[in-house]
Parts: sequence; C-alpha cells; structure tokens
Amino acid sequence: MSVDFGRKVVVLRPHRNASARVSLRPALVCVVLVLAALAVGVLTLGTGEFTLTPAEVLQALSGEGTRAARLVVVEWRMPRVLLALVIGAALGLAGAVFQALTRNPLGSPDVIGFSTGAYTGVLIVTVLFGNGYYVVAAGALAGGLATAVAVYLLAFKRGVQGFRLIIVGIAISAMLASVNQWFIIKVDLQAAFAALLWGQGSLNGLGWAQVTPVAVTVGVLCLLLIGYGPRLSLLEMGEDAAAALGVRVEPTRLAYLVIGVALTAVATAAAGPIAFVALAAPQLAQRVTRTPGIALVPSAAMGAFLLMLSDFLAQRAFAPTQLPVGVVTVSVGGIYFVWLLVRQARR
Amino acid sequence: MVLTRTPAPVRPGPKAVPAAAGLAATQTRRTLGLLICLGVLAVVCLLSLALGTRTISPGAVWDAFFHFTDTDDQSIVRDLRVPRTVLGLLAGVAFGLSGAVIQAVTRNPLADTQILGINAGAGLFVVFAVGVLGLTSLTQYMWFGFAGVAFALTLVYLLGSTGRGGATPIRLTLAGVALGAVMDGISGGIRLVRPRAFDYLRFWDVGSLAGRPLDVATTILPFVLAGTVLALVVARSLNAVALGDDLARTLGARIGRTRVLATVSVMLLAGAATAAVGPIGFVGLMVPHVVRWIVGPDQRWIFVYTVVCGPVLLLLADIVGRLVVRPGELRVGVVTAFIGAPVLIWWVRRARVSGL
Repeated sequence: MSVDFGRKVVVLRPHRNASARVSLRPALVCVVLVLAALAVGVLTLGTGEFTLTPAEVLQALSGEGTRAARLVVVEWRMPRVLLALVIGAALGLAGAVFQALTRNPLGSPDVIGFSTGAYTGVLIVTVLFGNGYYVVAAGALAGGLATAVAVYLLAFKRGVQGFRLIIVGIAISAMLASVNQWFIIKVDLQAAFAALLWGQGSLNGLGWAQVTPVAVTVGVLCLLLIGYGPRLSLLEMGEDAAAALGVRVEPTRLAYLVIGVALTAVATAAAGPIAFVALAAPQLAQRVTRTPGIALVPSAAMGAFLLMLSDFLAQRAFAPTQLPVGVVTVSVGGIYFVWLLVRQARR
Repeated sequence: MVLTRTPAPVRPGPKAVPAAAGLAATQTRRTLGLLICLGVLAVVCLLSLALGTRTISPGAVWDAFFHFTDTDDQSIVRDLRVPRTVLGLLAGVAFGLSGAVIQAVTRNPLADTQILGINAGAGLFVVFAVGVLGLTSLTQYMWFGFAGVAFALTLVYLLGSTGRGGATPIRLTLAGVALGAVMDGISGGIRLVRPRAFDYLRFWDVGSLAGRPLDVATTILPFVLAGTVLALVVARSLNAVALGDDLARTLGARIGRTRVLATVSVMLLAGAATAAVGPIGFVGLMVPHVVRWIVGPDQRWIFVYTVVCGPVLLLLADIVGRLVVRPGELRVGVVTAFIGAPVLIWWVRRARVSGL
C-alpha cells in the first residue's frame, strides 16, 4: 500500500471516494509561515503611537477591551495588516505563475513589462491630473494592462513561445523605462519625488475602502488557479511534455498569463509596484519546502509573510519616519535570500 | 548547441549546406559581415562629429583635424564632438562586451549588468558619495561608481562561489539578484531621506555622453582595453563552458579560472563605462542577442561583433538624441531603448530564435 514518493507524504482519506495526498514538509512550512505572518500581524496591530500589548490586541479583535483600543486596532490598523497579507500572497502567486511559465528563476510579472507600464501610467496621470489615490490606481491599472496586452500581441506569432515573450517583454519594458526616466528628469523635483515614492510601493494610507475589492479579486483569482489544477507544473516541464500529457498548451498559457497579470494588477493598483516579493517568494518557498518545481501555495504563504514582516519593519525601523514598504522588501527578501544561498552551499 | 570548437564551428544553419563548403562559406560570411559592421561604425563616427544642434559639413570636420584655423565650427568639433564620440565608442564597447560576457558566464539570455548587481553597486556608492559625503562634481563621484561595481561583483562572486560546486551560473545569477536588490533598497532609502541627492541622481541614473572632457575618455581607456583583451582571451573557454560544467570539464576547460577571468573583465568594462557615463542599460542586453542571431553561438565571433556593434548602437542613439528635439537634447540613456527595442522585436519575430 505504501508508495515511496521520496519524501514524507500523508494521505488524507476523509471519505471512501475522496482522498488527497499532502507532502508533509511543504504543508508544515505553509502552516509555520502563515502562523508567523499572523504573529507579526498582531505585533503590527499593537505598535505605533498608541502602543498595545498583544493580549490587548487580541481582546480588541474579539470585540472586548476599551473603545479606544478597538478604534485603533480594528478601524485604523487592521486594514493595513489584511492588505499586507493579501497583497503579499497575490504577489507570491503571480511570481510563481510567471516563473513556471517562463521556466526561468528571473521570470516575474516584470518580464512582460507590467510594473514598468504601470509606472508610466502613473507618471502620465500624475502630470495630467494630479496624484489622488484613485486617479493613480486607475493610471497604474491602465498603463500596466495596456503594456501586458501590447507585449502579448507583439510576441504572438502562431502561439506565444516563452522565449519570444521574454525578449519582447524586455524590449517594451526598456522603452517604457526610458519614457519614465525622461519624465523623471523633465518634471519638477516635487512631482519626481512623489513618483519616486509611489514607485517604491507603499501600504501607507490604505483603509477598509481598499480591503474589500482587493480581497474579493484576489479570492476569485485564487479560485481560478485552483480550478486549473496541476496544469502549471505540467507546463513547467516544457511545452512538448505538457502537450503529450494532454494540456492544450496555448489556451492554458494564456489563461495563466491573464491570472498572473491580474494578480499583479490588483497589488500594484492598491499599493504600487512592491519590488522583489514576486521574484523572491517562489524561489524562497522552493528552497524551504524542497519541492522539485515552483509550488503555488507555499509561494503565496511566503509572499504574505515577507510583505507582512517588511511592512512591520517599514513602520518601525526608523520610526517615526515611515519608509515605503518596497524599500524594505528588497532588503529583507534579499538578505534572507543571501542567507539561504550561503546555507545551501554549506550542505 | 554545437559541440565541435576547433578549428571553427561547423554549423548546419537554416540553409543546410555541405559541411566542407559550409565551413568556408560561414567564415566568409562572418568576415564580410564584420567588415560591413566596421564600415557602418566609421559612418556613424563621422555623423557623430558632423551632426548636432549645429550641423557641420564633412569638409569642416576634415579641416578641424588637418587645417585647424580656430573657427567656431572647428572648435565645436575638436572640443565637444570629439570627446563625446570617443567616449561613446569606449562606452559602447564596454557596455556591449560586458553584457555579452555576463550572458556567456551565467548562461542566461536575460542577464545584463542589472542582473549581477553592477548597476545597483554603482548606484549605491554614487548615492553615498552624493548624499552622505556631499560630492557634486562628476569627476569626483565617478570613482565611487567604479568602486561600487568592483565591490558588488566581488561580493556576488564570493557569495555565488561559496561551498561545494563553485560558482554555478544559477548561483551567480541568484546571488547577483539578491545582493543587487539589497543595495537598491539601501540606496532607495538614502534617496528618500536626502531629496537633494535624489535631485542630482535622477540625472546620473539616465546616463549621458555630453559634457565630459576628453580626460574622462582617456582615463577609462586602459580599463576598457584591458577588459576587452581579457574577454577575448577567455572567449574560447567560454565556448566550452556553454556546454555545461560537466561536459566543459571533460573537454579540458578550466571552469573556475574562466569564470574568475570573465568576472574580472566584466568588472573592468562595466566599472569604467558606468563610472564615466552612468548606468546605460539596454546596450549590453540587446547587442549580444542580435549578434548571436547573426553569427551563431561561437563566443569568439559574438565578442568581436559586439565590440563593433555596441558603439554603433550607442553613438546612433546619441546622434538621434541630439537631433530629435533641437535645439535641446535627449539623453542617450533615454534614446538607446527606442533605437534598439524595435530592432529586437522585429528580429525575434522573424528569426529562428537562438537561446544560449
């Protein structure tokens, strides 16, 4: 009965006709990551100008405690924590999808120019209409999506081959990056500085108004990903192998591209282009869980944990100065990455 | 991937020809192509001397060199356009070749100076020089750029080569990405708390050939020369490395030494060019790609072609930048992508794409 999968596997059999195979290590890692993210979340809820102990935070969350504590925790700080978790997970998933599709550890939504295009969109609307939250979010969405569609169409020639997509993505992003640089040196210092701030990615000033749309969209996209099942890991084995195993390569790839771009779009519209999470989370998750390929759920958990921790540090490291979280994600993710590489090398 | 390397690769290309005739034909085609590229480079250099806010006739350019009589036109050529063209030549060689070497060493077609943390290292040191030490003149903080590149590459190499197995391409790449991100994060933070530094650096970030005296070009010349020679020396071994570490070792290539030498060459080339003109990204990424599609996977030919085609792209971009918004100028870093990207897209749509 027992099959050797080469790793510890638990077979869940809740019903005679339903069973699921769960690899032990990835499952444990996911649980640990989620718990760690929640713990940092509770810490974040308690720190700030109005300090609370974790116990008081938990009281406030369960509806007890003083009114002031409930106001601060639930009304003011909760949305930010929720958004950090959801956006982090979305970025981790988007990165995993793109790295599996392009079969390149450097693959990320940036490969097809989304972030650069979003930045261009934001620069244009900032110059034309000023920098209100919704104006900027709309500009980011429009710019990013237009760029992604343009890259896909330019790379399309009897199907989109992975390598061609990457090259066209590089070319278009390079052009848009030029446009962005030109804007940055042409506009006055204040506008350039505002654009720099947005371009780092930040969770500052987000509230309940943003939580619902972001959470619902990310939830729907997750359901779609679940619906597509194991096709992503089949595509990661190469087009020919995937086709031989019964995957309709072109439509499936397009679907994954759309899902990946949509996940990035939601995150970018809400918080700006937060760097490095999409790139690092799948790689980190793969190294910690020791899965053979890119795995979706651990990537999402790792993304949520990374962004939560980074946001905590961004708020606290140089308090009262609030850093944009993007500045911290690159440092935290990068240092963790370096540590993992060194540790792996020792073995 | 082609296996034979001596005396020259036989590659049954898209138009299959008999092997013996094919070898000679391929070599002739490559040599002819190189001559054409050299011709284009000569024309571009001449245009770079003649065109600009003020158009100067080829005759006047000639006179500026051989019958100098101190007219305005002649002074413009000698004092402004010659330094700019020489710098463009050197920087074009350096950026293009460093990109080609990085792509060969990491065996990743996405690799460029960004990937190994080079731009991030230069950016961090320059941001430190401007934001913390308060330096403001190019010739002062230029050396910080160089030091930053050397620092970043050394760190990336050490990190990528710790432990068993040495510096595999994937480890080098990931180490570069990770360290580059950390350095970018730190310099982003410095920029945010020092808006004055940000104001200087938004111009440095774009890269420009304008306003540098001839001294800058002569200062970086030895570094660019040394880097170029080193790259051409290791080209043969890089051909073997392209087959994968195990196969390369059985063929007698000394992988560790090749990687170290290639990294030193990148350090010299990218360090000198970034210090002199700022981080101009696209040349190192695009030129090796296009060249690879013309000459095939032999690194020796790729490097030689890149040495010629890198400056063509950079100077062409500089000339276009001078002409499109006359009497103003677009900085060359803004224009390179607009010249290069359409070519890249057109090529990737028509050619049988070659990976690495």
